[in-house]
Amino acid sequence: MKRIRIIPVLLIRKDGLVKSVKFKNHKYVGDPINAVRIFNEKEVDEIVLLDISATSEKRPPLVERIREIASEAFMPLAYGGGITKIDEIKELITAGVEKVVLNTSAVDNPSLITEGANWVGSQSIVVSIDVKKNWLGKYRVFTNNGTRSTELDPTKFAQLAANAGAGEIFLNSIEKDGTFEGYDTTLIKQVSEAVDIPVVALGGAGSLEDFTTAIQHGASAAAAGSLFVFQRPHRAVLISYPLQKELRTKVYEQV
Amino acid sequence: MITIVDYGVGNLASIKNILKKIGAESVISADESVIAAADKLILPGVGAFDTCAEKLQQSGLQDILNKKALHEKIPVLGVCVGMQLLTDGSEEGKLPGLGWIRGRIVRFRQEDMPAGYKIPHMGWTEVELNKPSGLFKDMYEEPRFYFVHSYYPVPQEEKNVLLYAQYGKRFAAGMEQENIMGVQFHPEKSHKFGMKLLHNFVKNY
Repeated sequence: MKRIRIIPVLLIRKDGLVKSVKFKNHKYVGDPINAVRIFNEKEVDEIVLLDISATSEKRPPLVERIREIASEAFMPLAYGGGITKIDEIKELITAGVEKVVLNTSAVDNPSLITEGANWVGSQSIVVSIDVKKNWLGKYRVFTNNGTRSTELDPTKFAQLAANAGAGEIFLNSIEKDGTFEGYDTTLIKQVSEAVDIPVVALGGAGSLEDFTTAIQHGASAAAAGSLFVFQRPHRAVLISYPLQKELRTKVYEQV
Repeated sequence: MITIVDYGVGNLASIKNILKKIGAESVISADESVIAAADKLILPGVGAFDTCAEKLQQSGLQDILNKKALHEKIPVLGVCVGMQLLTDGSEEGKLPGLGWIRGRIVRFRQEDMPAGYKIPHMGWTEVELNKPSGLFKDMYEEPRFYFVHSYYPVPQEEKNVLLYAQYGKRFAAGMEQENIMGVQFHPEKSHKFGMKLLHNFVKNY
């Protein structure tokens, strides 16, 4: 039996946690430290924290705030948002973050991936790729929290990121974000087959079965936002995480 | 005092945080006199073997570390590349390790791996003890730990293997030889299992 990493993704905007649908309609879901404490108790595999207002506000990561959150995280913690310099990567790792996540700056300045990997090792450099189809139906990479489109094909960009030294790819489907419809399995398959590094599926998870499907299409791990912070059908805020025995029977033993 | 050796690598804050959480006082230090006064040492490490080995050499701390581990025989716990440094050396690099536990560090090979097992091994994996150890006294059932690595130790003597784990193949995931021990995983990021292991390191050694 192989354990699969199942990863909650938390979005920070201003001071609070929010969750989006298709990168829009952000709803307030609580306080980051409180959420991390709850996820500690639930023994989650890993946590990803993304400050989605940093790049749009043209400001660097709020390292002191992140240090405070990291001191409460007894599981691996990844942070992304507003990172543009190697010194920021060093500060974040020293502050207690295991992995840094590059998105806009990975496109604008791929040498940052290499600089980061040379300093801390590839295992701590994650490139997150937000993907949406263009009007021709072709997958394209988006940056700046999904607001800026590029001409980059996600598969080729994932290869570029891996060659530059990334240790992991977070592959996020903008169109599936917050929908509970299941992952974009075509996208997962294309990108996973193209790179040797782990690909983490994100965007659209609505059930444990969706995690299994993502793994069967080549993902090495599965991440979700809404599924772990909302209770359906009315998107009431409720932080949750599957029990070990559910993960065992519905995910680990199925892949 | 538990001293976390700061030779210029690694995420030292996480180790200090979890020790604080379990009520153990510790200090992060690169100061020879602080290390000389330590009654337990934690040797962290992350990234490439040679980067860590080089920084350790540059730190000038090797003599005091040898004295503490080999002569005073105080308990030493290596974590991740910090554990790898306890051996003679690694396939990954050219520089020697500390050589306290005879053995080498070797790489997972993609050709030995079943489909779907990418390298590095990154994630939670259950471990199986090779011998009784104070580190695992009263451990929770089905202990699992967080791993991020492409290399693992092969001690010369099998009796120095503390525990095994499975990732495509069975590999040694920790070593223990008298007062010197090390784990390939990250106890500081392994919830109650890591807390228990570190608590045991504090109490049982």
